[in-house]
Amino acid sequence: MLRELGAKNVQLPLSRKIWEINWGFVLLICATASIGFLMLYSAANGNLEPWASRQMMRFGVGLILMFVVALVDIRIWLNLAYPLYAVALILLGAVEVMGVIGMGARRWIDFGPFQLQPSEVMKIAIILALARYFHNIGLEDVRRIRWLIPPLLLVLAPVALVLRQPDLGTALLLAAGAGIVFFVAGVRLWKFAVVIGTAIPAGFFAFQFLHEYQKKRVLTFLNPENDPLGAGYHILQSKIALGSGGVFGKGLLQGTQSHLNYLPEMRTDFIFSMLAEEFGMVGGLLLFALYILLIAYGYAIAYRSRNHFGKLLAIGMTGIFFLYIFINVAMVMGMVPVVGVPLPLISYGGTAMLTLLIGFGLIMSVYIHRDIDIPGKR
Amino acid sequence: MAGDQHKEKGRVFSRRSLMMAGSQAVLMSALAGRLYYLQVIHSDEYSTMADENRMNLQLLPPLRGRIVDRFGLEVASNRHNYRVVLIPEQTKSVEATLDALEHYVPPGSIDRERVLKDVKRKRSFVPIPVVDNLTWEQFAKINVNSPDLPGIQMDVGSTRDYPYGPLFAHIVGYVGAVSERDLQTQEYDPLLELPEFRIGKSGIEKYYDKTLRGKAGLSRLEANAFGRIIRELNRQEGIPGNDAVLTIDKQLQEFTVRRMGTESAAAVIMDIHSGDVLSMVSVPSFDPNAFASGISSADWKALIEDPKRPLGNKAIGGQYPPGSTFKMIVALAALEAGVINAGHQVFCSGHTQLGKHRFHCWKRGGHGKLDLEDAISQSCDIYFYDIARKVGVDKIAEMAHRFGLGEELDIDMLGERDGLIPTKAWKLAVQGVPWQLGETYNTGIGQGYVLATPLQLAVMTARLANGGKKVSPRLVRSINGEALEGAMQPHPQLNLEDLDLGISQNSLKYVLNGMYKVVNGPRGSARAAKIRVEGWEMAGKTGTAQVRRISRKERIEGVRKSDEKPWEERDHALFVGYAPFDDPRYAVSVIVEHGGSGSGAAAPIARDLLQETLRLDPLRKPSYDIAIRRQKGGGDA
Repeated sequence: MLRELGAKNVQLPLSRKIWEINWGFVLLICATASIGFLMLYSAANGNLEPWASRQMMRFGVGLILMFVVALVDIRIWLNLAYPLYAVALILLGAVEVMGVIGMGARRWIDFGPFQLQPSEVMKIAIILALARYFHNIGLEDVRRIRWLIPPLLLVLAPVALVLRQPDLGTALLLAAGAGIVFFVAGVRLWKFAVVIGTAIPAGFFAFQFLHEYQKKRVLTFLNPENDPLGAGYHILQSKIALGSGGVFGKGLLQGTQSHLNYLPEMRTDFIFSMLAEEFGMVGGLLLFALYILLIAYGYAIAYRSRNHFGKLLAIGMTGIFFLYIFINVAMVMGMVPVVGVPLPLISYGGTAMLTLLIGFGLIMSVYIHRDIDIPGKR
Repeated sequence: MAGDQHKEKGRVFSRRSLMMAGSQAVLMSALAGRLYYLQVIHSDEYSTMADENRMNLQLLPPLRGRIVDRFGLEVASNRHNYRVVLIPEQTKSVEATLDALEHYVPPGSIDRERVLKDVKRKRSFVPIPVVDNLTWEQFAKINVNSPDLPGIQMDVGSTRDYPYGPLFAHIVGYVGAVSERDLQTQEYDPLLELPEFRIGKSGIEKYYDKTLRGKAGLSRLEANAFGRIIRELNRQEGIPGNDAVLTIDKQLQEFTVRRMGTESAAAVIMDIHSGDVLSMVSVPSFDPNAFASGISSADWKALIEDPKRPLGNKAIGGQYPPGSTFKMIVALAALEAGVINAGHQVFCSGHTQLGKHRFHCWKRGGHGKLDLEDAISQSCDIYFYDIARKVGVDKIAEMAHRFGLGEELDIDMLGERDGLIPTKAWKLAVQGVPWQLGETYNTGIGQGYVLATPLQLAVMTARLANGGKKVSPRLVRSINGEALEGAMQPHPQLNLEDLDLGISQNSLKYVLNGMYKVVNGPRGSARAAKIRVEGWEMAGKTGTAQVRRISRKERIEGVRKSDEKPWEERDHALFVGYAPFDDPRYAVSVIVEHGGSGSGAAAPIARDLLQETLRLDPLRKPSYDIAIRRQKGGGDA
């Protein structure tokens, strides 16, 4: 239908845009978030207060924001990509100077009524910036190393700043999310091999400069049972919660590990363990299914987009979403080190929720404006 | 050209995104696989670990069985221990709460320093004991005022109580905290590891500890990660300990103690047919309640250093030369061996010569010519030197053993002593030198090596009085109303055929007649202590045991009267007896340490005890264990 409207410089009427919102996608998001509300209701021993209700409010605000983002013309996002990135980078730098210290790291900027976590803004900004960059250059250029230096710098600058906070999880997430955009943009595979090949020894080298608690996290990951009362306690208790849930789980509000406080951080990072304890493998797989459907939507939207910017943006955002899921779930199951990454749409917390919903808004914007052709600048 | 590149860009994107989707699918499958690994393959292990996390087993100590006298009077019971505990998290200021509490408890009963230390050391929801052993009035007062005492909680524990204090101290014993040694030597019982658990430390409390203890209950609690108890999952009540019914009659026991006064003495009263020990007294005594709640070191020192040894049970653990009370054994040995008959006569001139040694009679002028019954009734030493020589020490020892001397009687208590009955072989083995005839002389009058406990002397007397039947003493009649295995039925359903000691009734008759004359004969050594109630006449034998040998010099200068000597050098006074003479039922033995003479110090006591025993005559009343059996609907109703 849109195709008939012509490809270039077309403005879609608002009614049309609303009609084009992918309501199935919205429904999946709401369904997933509802599971989160249920778990927070359980975490408060069967009360909406204090967590579930607040989370619902945040989700409501986030949903509105998502629609606004979705309805904004994709070309505006394209134009805003670099400025947004610049602002995010400046904010990240500002954290160094005026950030609020919390949980042993400097991550927040206090803006009076609300606090801002620039690293969250950066997660979106870097995908936008990279999508715009790769949208603009041709395939041959993608395969030339000198054309890869600017986007690499785009990635390294924020990663370095986030590492200094220090926030290992977010740094990895940024690097990996960017990597996905590089990959689908068509960067040669051997270049990835080179980057990873240098990153691993660099990682070992960097390990020496990590904070003590981060070193400990990496080391206890390797064998958590060795230190059951110390740093390995979290992973072990999480595995006990998961394992004791069995196939069908212990039932809502019946999780002993969660409700008797053996499970650490059960509202945030370890909420999946609680879900799997109370609803078992059935509950865990149901959540996986919802996530897979959301990711599939992301891919489908990317495939349908006629403009390259939309494709890269949708894949990049879906990739970030996937990385959240994978790192968090793998962490609580003892497959990767404990890094503070929330479970998307489920974990308690406003900032991550907003970031995600804005990301979903961008994916939806790609869908709504899928037939708009945007010529590359070159 | 631009269009081609555009298409190529799209193709690369499609290929790459497909690869990306594929690898994400692989990673998602890995997560699902891990989920399966944890939740299906290892589910049981983790379930167990989850249960180990939350389950908290708590032992519920059982109520200790009571100890009652033969009529069901509680002599050891469980008293409510009203306590106050403090839960720090429920008060803003521990200090302020303690200040407020001071108004309701006896001054000085709060050990602030310890309480504050515990508050610091333990988690804030753990109750900390503050005051123990409150009266009901104090307890109620605190309860009423609890709104002013934030964090204070009332608690009722259980403490062992001995309502009669010193009266039963040596029989019942006491309980105390489990020591390191108890843990090593006793059969494992998780109860022993409870800090507040008490076990029997002496007496019946110790001997019947397992019976009285009961079985622990179990409470399965759910606790959170901080150790706070959330709820009780299930509860399995313990089995309370069994009640032990003593053979002792509290009333008689009380009388005995009172009659002994301030002496250092012991007495045993027993039923000569059933072996029931009706009273067993060792004075002075101590208060077992002090041990149950923890004794101060000053009190402990005083008990240890007292020359009258209040902690020891002299009735079973005190060993004394039986003196003349041993003469019945010597007489029976001679009669049964056939070396004399009842008409055998000896002339007593006050002394007799053996080689260089001169052996004296207690009566300086001598008794003149005596037969066996006279010799017993007047306790002539010369007569017994003579017959002891005739029969020999080994035959005497054999007879002594038949009457329960020289060996443990296996009464239900620890601390029983053997006494000592010498033989030739014994002396050679222990001292390495052969037996001397002079030692036979000394044995003949119950001196020298011979030692016996008051319990043994009572048993000896009982076996004499019941016609030579091997009665054994017992302290516990029944457990929970069930008669103990192997225990003899009380009089009169007596079947003692198997227990005959094989003494001819004829021999016994002469000895018993002699004992009758001791008390009732015109020249009897205890004629001042006869029972004047018709039909209750007592028979018995006095004994005076030298604590130190009378030297030659003292004999020449004249033997000092006992009460002229310092207390620790005076002779022990003994008396054994039974009553009524015609239809014997009860035997008694009395020993008054350093009491002077048997006739003066011990016989009057023994007389009073037997008379009171007959007056109370416990066998005529329904006994407690039979009453219990009737209540339970079984037995002989």
